[in-house]
Amino acid sequence: MPAKEMRAVYAQTLIELAKDDPSIMVVEADLMRATGTQPFKAAYPERAVDVGVAEANMLGVAAGLAAEGKTPFAATFACFASRRAFDQFFLSGAYARLPVKLVGTDPGITATFNGGTHMPFEDLGILRTVPGIDIVEPSDPVSLAALVPQIAKSGKVAYLRLHRKAVEEIYPAGETFELGKAKLLREGNDAVIIALGAVMVPEALAAADLLKAEGIAAAVIDAISVKPLDAELIGAWIRKTGVAVTAENHQRIGSLGSAVAELMAENGWEAPAAASGSGNLRPARLARIGVADQFGEVGTQDWLKARFGLTARDIAEAVKSLVRQRKEP
Amino acid sequence: MIDKTELALLAEAAKEIRKKTLDMIGFLGVGHIGGALSIADLLAVLYFREMRTDPANPRWEGRDRLVLSKGHAGPALYSALAMKGFFPEEWLHTLNLGGSNLPSHCDRNKTPGIDMTTGSLGQGISAACGIALANRIDRRDVFTFAIVGDGETNEGQVWEAAMFAAHAGLGKLIAFTDNNKMQIDGLTADVSGIECLEAKWSAFGWETSRIDGHDIGAIVQAIEKAKVGAEAADAGAKAKPTMIILDTVKGKGAAFCEGQVASHNMNFDYETAKKAIADLDR
Repeated sequence: MPAKEMRAVYAQTLIELAKDDPSIMVVEADLMRATGTQPFKAAYPERAVDVGVAEANMLGVAAGLAAEGKTPFAATFACFASRRAFDQFFLSGAYARLPVKLVGTDPGITATFNGGTHMPFEDLGILRTVPGIDIVEPSDPVSLAALVPQIAKSGKVAYLRLHRKAVEEIYPAGETFELGKAKLLREGNDAVIIALGAVMVPEALAAADLLKAEGIAAAVIDAISVKPLDAELIGAWIRKTGVAVTAENHQRIGSLGSAVAELMAENGWEAPAAASGSGNLRPARLARIGVADQFGEVGTQDWLKARFGLTARDIAEAVKSLVRQRKEP
Repeated sequence: MIDKTELALLAEAAKEIRKKTLDMIGFLGVGHIGGALSIADLLAVLYFREMRTDPANPRWEGRDRLVLSKGHAGPALYSALAMKGFFPEEWLHTLNLGGSNLPSHCDRNKTPGIDMTTGSLGQGISAACGIALANRIDRRDVFTFAIVGDGETNEGQVWEAAMFAAHAGLGKLIAFTDNNKMQIDGLTADVSGIECLEAKWSAFGWETSRIDGHDIGAIVQAIEKAKVGAEAADAGAKAKPTMIILDTVKGKGAAFCEGQVASHNMNFDYETAKKAIADLDR
């Protein structure tokens, strides 16, 4: 599969959208070169606003634009989008019911050499508390290009967690996506791995390959949407397999792993009787792969992946451990 | 220029805004009375002379916009909006009651005539920049007004917005500082000295003036000067935004709270409000 730079896809999708929708604008805080929207500015100079290094004002201006009918995509590093300008996004955007589209780039370990100060492991957890928000982290260029127009037209606030570097395509061209829906990438009866984003979905697929070699059939779901969570698809595979492992480039607290835990606890799902060694019904089990209540640090992406336990091997070990426990009488 | 008859009418409107604000908050028994009364004269000038509005069509595209960045002064604005007919005057006694359309801080989704939701200080002036910018992009010939509190200028976001508005050349943005010289913890001069406000806003690239915020004639003159400056540039062109610093008195017009730091958000009973209203009529 070909690799494409995600930020280039993001900018190109907005440029295409803007041809027919005069409301589309980008609002930036001196990170246009990073978020990749310079081609948008070249195409629509009047509809690209750079407020300088002022994230709070970026979101206030975006809200004012939205109040006049614009559809502003306001982008900065995910650490600033969430931690630094949360109140502005929350109040001037979400609470005021103004459809500001917040875009946070460089999620989690992809912040690499910018290090712990810039490494957001908490942005999804912070933003998931905003009432009515759509939270999306596409795993590849095809899903990104399909979901940006839906985010633009939703009429609601949204958070797009944008992996901006080049990643390989997971989906074939023309694949369709629906905001708020997950995708089943692989079937398997022993466990389901529910992964999020361009770092972890490929790791989950690699984990499924490792497990297959050991005789364990793991299904893989690309969660795509953290809020709303696709409870229908995810729930169906948890009930089918009785073993769920979430995988995210984020704290285990507050994001995908928490959302799946809430879903499982509130539904009291049981593993299928046939999957149990004893034949007795047991609760479906969950393990969460993610950052274990730690801050980020500098390093290459591969080093950080190992440092925080985000590799295919970590996912596979978690699956094996739960499958083994389930088979104990 | 404004003649004596109109001046008297605007003074009467300002008095009515004060009376309604006192009645509304007194009926409830608690509220942000001080910073509401200090902007009554400005609101009278805006709503009864300077702003184009259509109470039957609150989101009319051709209206002038107002962002009350010091959102806690909502009750004064609700008085002006009720007087203009944006909603029935009976609503005023629902202030802050469960299910009310009149929350203490301004909400664009609840109250007809409110252009922006505010309450977290510093945010409204940024939103006003976005509103002014959108209207320039869409070539609508409208003004955006914004009212900032003096204590609010402690917020860094105010100065982010100040820098941006001047850089973007938002000539049709006309802002006011309600310089009543008090904030919750004391005098602004004692808490985190904000002066000299004219020098600050001028340095940030704004057309700046400073007037008595209770002198209706002076307010009219300052706004009209700002409008002439903005109109001189074509609709789409860039010009300096305007900041009019209003020297005001917190709690102006009600003896029980005038000039008192405690008037920011205070308890007072309906009898106290009625006496203050009677004093205004005297």
